[in-house]
Amino acid sequence: MEIKIQKKVLQVNETEAEKSRKFFRQKNVFVLNMMSSPGSGKTETLCKTLTKLMPGVRVGVIVGDICTTNDADRLVKTGARVTQINTDQFGGDCHLSASLVLDSAEKLGCDDLDLLIVENIGNLVCPAEFDIGEDSRAVVLSVTEGEDKPLKYPLMFRVADVAILNKIDLLPYLDVDRDLAVGNMQKVHPRMPVFEMSAKTEEGYEPWLDWLKLKVFEKTGKGL
Amino acid sequence: MHEMGIAEQLVKIALDAIPKDIKNPRVETVHLKIGKLASVVEHSLTFCFEIISKDTPLEKARLEIDSVPVKVHCKSCDHSWEVTGPVFQCPFCEDGDVEMISGREIEIISLELEDAP
Repeated sequence: MEIKIQKKVLQVNETEAEKSRKFFRQKNVFVLNMMSSPGSGKTETLCKTLTKLMPGVRVGVIVGDICTTNDADRLVKTGARVTQINTDQFGGDCHLSASLVLDSAEKLGCDDLDLLIVENIGNLVCPAEFDIGEDSRAVVLSVTEGEDKPLKYPLMFRVADVAILNKIDLLPYLDVDRDLAVGNMQKVHPRMPVFEMSAKTEEGYEPWLDWLKLKVFEKTGKGL
Repeated sequence: MHEMGIAEQLVKIALDAIPKDIKNPRVETVHLKIGKLASVVEHSLTFCFEIISKDTPLEKARLEIDSVPVKVHCKSCDHSWEVTGPVFQCPFCEDGDVEMISGREIEIISLELEDAP
């Protein structure tokens, strides 16, 4: 006997993501899902981004990690409102699910925010698969990871709307071809904007900030 | 890496789909459709499924996975093609705006139940 089902296995997450999207629309806040491998410099990129955006743009951050509150401790110093999710309490998940993000966003409070940034768990595979109700997805790749990572993890670079090539201050010390790294990202995702920057020296920040501010403004009418 | 979560959802959906009036149902096969770009490792999923389905009507079930090719469409020149590697550039206009048509599916299609003795 055959039973027809025809259902998406991740439907539960997708339903939750739709709920989150509705919540974020009601609160009129733009949500950015930031993803990368561990150690690409997401947190430092964010710290500098927050410092430069605030107070013109009011930013809140949800940080996901399997363990520790190290990232939240660093981010909170910028003056932004920050909440940490540790997935070890939920089985050490390798990604943030839509329901976890919505719970945290409700706890954080979004009434007085223009931009909510979700720093996802450092991982180039799983977070790409899970919609969290975001408006845009950013992927950070650092030059120390090698030029071929976009080709090795194509889904992540396919689902991203924008990419940051980070740590360009290290290029003089590395045998890395910067143009090849950018080219590989655009092979996987033609026309994706790629911002080449250094979170440490703050080189190349303006185009990234302009892109982000414009996105926030397009959705919320705020922040410019 | 998240195959355990996928297996959990899979088992839940399959169990919900079995009509309640069937006595001692035994599922023989679960038919799935998985896109080649979905981040699912087949043998990890099978391994996780075996663990999660233990002591349920799905315990002895086999996962039959239909792999879906990655198909894309260039919105700039209207060309459609199958992508077999990580390169999504349009072979015709190179700089085209490329959208995905298939290849990210993780779907449960049907169950096959053992006939009642």
